[in-house]
Amino acid sequence: MRDEATFRVKAGLAEMLKGGVIMDVVDAEQAKIAEDAGAAAVMALERVPADIRRDGGVARMSDPLMIKGIQEAVTIPVMAKARIGHFAEAQVLEALEVDYIDESEVLTPADEAHHIDKWAFRIPFVCGATNLGEALRRIGEGAAMIRSKGEAGTGDIVEAVRHLRSITGEIRRLGTLDEAELFVAAKNLQSPYDVVREVAREGKLPVPLFCAGGIATPADASLVMQLGAESVFVGSGIFKSDDPATRARAIVEATTHFADAERVAKASEGLGKAMESLEARKLTEDQVLATRGW
Amino acid sequence: MVIGVLALQGGFAAHAKLLRALGAEVREVRTPADLLGIDGLVLPGGESTTMSLGIEREGLAEPLRELVERGTPVLGTCAGLIMLDSRHLGLMDTVAERNAFGRQLHSFEADVDLPEIGTFHAVFIRAPWIAEHGPAVEILAEVDGHPVAARQGPMLVVSFHPELTGDTRLHEAFVRQVRAVAGAA
Repeated sequence: MRDEATFRVKAGLAEMLKGGVIMDVVDAEQAKIAEDAGAAAVMALERVPADIRRDGGVARMSDPLMIKGIQEAVTIPVMAKARIGHFAEAQVLEALEVDYIDESEVLTPADEAHHIDKWAFRIPFVCGATNLGEALRRIGEGAAMIRSKGEAGTGDIVEAVRHLRSITGEIRRLGTLDEAELFVAAKNLQSPYDVVREVAREGKLPVPLFCAGGIATPADASLVMQLGAESVFVGSGIFKSDDPATRARAIVEATTHFADAERVAKASEGLGKAMESLEARKLTEDQVLATRGW
Repeated sequence: MVIGVLALQGGFAAHAKLLRALGAEVREVRTPADLLGIDGLVLPGGESTTMSLGIEREGLAEPLRELVERGTPVLGTCAGLIMLDSRHLGLMDTVAERNAFGRQLHSFEADVDLPEIGTFHAVFIRAPWIAEHGPAVEILAEVDGHPVAARQGPMLVVSFHPELTGDTRLHEAFVRQVRAVAGAA
């Protein structure tokens, strides 16, 4: 008797990605550089978030040919992004047998009310969240991994910190509530009561919590790991920097040794110029990606 | 008695939590210095390429070999099974095939029969199997005719994740083995 695509198997892969770095790559060559630098997984997409911002227009799922090229180039897990609510894109990614689907605010949303019913899929999903209610709604819909959203493509860590602190702070607050108060909390969080109670009891999300959106340096990775992230996604931060291979290795090293300042210091030495950055708070409302998703 | 858990990347936290619940003192291992004075070691699941690069970067290969040569019990799960094979640390006379069951879509749960333990519900995540092995290796369990659990000297390897199911029997057996070896020394 063999059971495939169970929730344990879906969240299990996220468990195996802990303490690692998931890197955005746009072609097989970058994927190989990421793997050789120690990436725990790669995210295959046509344009990194910084370029999506620059180019404007509708950002969609990547060309299957490009995803296949990356799957052939590396042996580590390959993730790919679908637009929020675009279950047909997710079906295509499932047909390609990607290892994880990111229902991502970095792409242009396809549905302004509904996220994808992730229980309907055999491939696990990761979704972004800016606060605990959003995280628990995504888990209720079947997400097997949550990443704090941050503000992708900026190289500014401030939003990632805000979202991570919001999620972990709200989890700690839930732990102080009694049974009656938890019903009210579930209502206020607009989240399934069962999941809310489990989080209150365990003091953590029922799936791994990773961090994305704005990580550009080894110290950024150390910061978010110390704030409770269990792994980091680095989008534009690596391949938009001067020396991607060196920076990728340095961020991997800093993620492993996040609590050891001497090791993070050593990893931070001589990396060249970081990505071109944007101050997140100076973005206009229509430039903010984190508010996509509901 | 201290059990080390290799914490370069992967599912090390789940192993540490389980071992602590069984009363063991646990130390996360990231550098050769972390290996000093440990009585047992867990090599967890995770990405084997990431772990391999980490072992190289930290200079852990030689200290790990010395540890095993001293007879220290080692439990390797999933990527840990790969790390110990003849193409990586070279401590077991095995050749692991990575992602042997396929991509994540083909990850699965199934019952396996383990000697001295019995039926064990196992979670296989992009799991390897043992493709080749020498006479010193005792195969303990198979799935579809492929070895997924084996023992050689002080090393026990499984290609699944006993740390993810809440079934503590395999870790209990490992802790007993660590105690016995540490007590005899």
